[in-house]
Amino acid sequence: MPEPMLSLAGVNTHIAQYHILQGVDFEVPRGALTMLLGRNGAGKTTCLRTIMGLWRASAGSIRMDGREISRAATPDVAQLGVAYVPENMGIFAGLTVSENLRLAARSGEPDAGRLEWIFGLFPAMKTFWNALAGNLSGGQKQMLAIARAIVEPRRLLLVDEPTKGLAPSIIANMVEAFRELKRTDTTVLVVEQNFNFAKALGDTVAVMDSGRIVHTGRMDALAADSALQTKLLGLSLEAHQ
Amino acid sequence: MSAAASAGAKDPGAALPGARLDWIPLALVPVLALAALPLVGSPPTWVTLTVAGLAMGMMIFMMASGLTLVFGLMDVLNFAHGIFISVGAYGAASVLTRMAGRLEQPSLASDLSAMVPAVLAAIALAGLLGWFFERVLIRPVYGDHLKQILITMGGLIVFEQLIHVVWGPDIIPLPRPGAITGAFIVGEAAIERYRVLAVIVGLALFAAMWLLLNRTRIGLLVRAGVENPEMVESLGYRIKRLFVGVFVAGSGLAGLGGAMWAMYQEQVTAQMGMQVLVVIFIVVIIGGLGSVGGCFVGAMLVGLLANYTGYLAPKLSLGSNILLMVLVLLWRPRGLYPIGKA
Repeated sequence: MPEPMLSLAGVNTHIAQYHILQGVDFEVPRGALTMLLGRNGAGKTTCLRTIMGLWRASAGSIRMDGREISRAATPDVAQLGVAYVPENMGIFAGLTVSENLRLAARSGEPDAGRLEWIFGLFPAMKTFWNALAGNLSGGQKQMLAIARAIVEPRRLLLVDEPTKGLAPSIIANMVEAFRELKRTDTTVLVVEQNFNFAKALGDTVAVMDSGRIVHTGRMDALAADSALQTKLLGLSLEAHQ
Repeated sequence: MSAAASAGAKDPGAALPGARLDWIPLALVPVLALAALPLVGSPPTWVTLTVAGLAMGMMIFMMASGLTLVFGLMDVLNFAHGIFISVGAYGAASVLTRMAGRLEQPSLASDLSAMVPAVLAAIALAGLLGWFFERVLIRPVYGDHLKQILITMGGLIVFEQLIHVVWGPDIIPLPRPGAITGAFIVGEAAIERYRVLAVIVGLALFAAMWLLLNRTRIGLLVRAGVENPEMVESLGYRIKRLFVGVFVAGSGLAGLGGAMWAMYQEQVTAQMGMQVLVVIFIVVIIGGLGSVGGCFVGAMLVGLLANYTGYLAPKLSLGSNILLMVLVLLWRPRGLYPIGKA
């Protein structure tokens, strides 16, 4: 079995007096899109931030491609080829769209061929290329946030709730964009609350509850099991529809 | 439907206008100057006051621009900023007094051969002190505003006393170089040469900062870091190194402003940085924390208003800056050019 791109073992994270992650164990297979699901407050965002080094794990191991990164500083994690799209998208509102992308292209100017590929994923981006990012709508900001994360080839993409607050037509665009990303064999870990989105894209799934992983497996298996969905998430796919 | 959802429903393909300059705050500078003309009455006096106000504004901008970047990028309340001004002034004074012979010759080249090293010494000394402050005093208190205020105020007091130890407790007179002494007479208006120099240096500094911030990758990083330092780190950049660089550069700029201010006042005191600190904070707040452009416009407004009120209503002069700040904050609560902090 190939070594996973990312593996977490017994990861604990404390924020002030709160014990948020309480021994998280799961793996993100190489080249697959893994969904991290769970109720509000389960610790999903903390998990991504801990992987990224934005919060320091108090115990446990995080290995990226076999290399221990639980003590690594955030820029070092990013330089290993990890891109992060936070829940609030983290765009720089005072910079233009093109400046946001230039900043993310660490090797200098974004590659023209790569930009064309991104415009293929998000055709609307061409129309607001020179606009201030702060003036974009919610959907446009999410497109920019994803585009910024993939402006250069990355080994691992961490995305926190990409569909939050978006209209259905834009979510459909996001689904297509992630499908295209999957075709490039990019390894992706997505935190999501939208079960339909997760079902449409996920290869594997990990479900969190109260700071622990309570289920891992194939996404299609979870999507087909209403009883398990209800048990793990409190709501089945049927209830979503 | 949530606000975010409704925002998301907007046509994603709709073209948006490009980034535009918000010209309204900038227009306040000529509007204020023109509004003062009928009140002052005499055009030559108005010209003299306007040039004096612009020169004062430029010197305040030199001193304040570093503080606003430090505030915006590092979220540090640095009350010790005044000491970089004082140390810069003493550094320049030390060089100028050693080169007094060159200043006595009636030659611009001779004056410049003393002034340029003096200004460079001011920048270097203040920058070095800034590096020490960041490493020793400020780094342990990142994220804690109360401790920042206490430790930087303490640092200001200690280093003011150290200035007395190194340079002595007396006021040091600073003769102004001959080439920039006196005034140009334009019509019936007298325009001090030194004020023209201050305006030129201030404009050059603003242009250089604008180019650096808007046309270079370092500038892009600083502008992004002012908004969201965590995201800059997530993109793989070491923001702490940027912090140190900006802090040292900001301190150096304060040193430059201190040297210019000392030559304007023709004397140097250990308290001179502390004395202008309140005005500097007002300018930084008026401009919008972290905004260099806002700091520039705010400094112009403060400089002009101080000179006009000093002439028209001297008793109001001291309070004019506070009044201006109140009016600006009532209009734009986050300053003239607010920075969108994450």
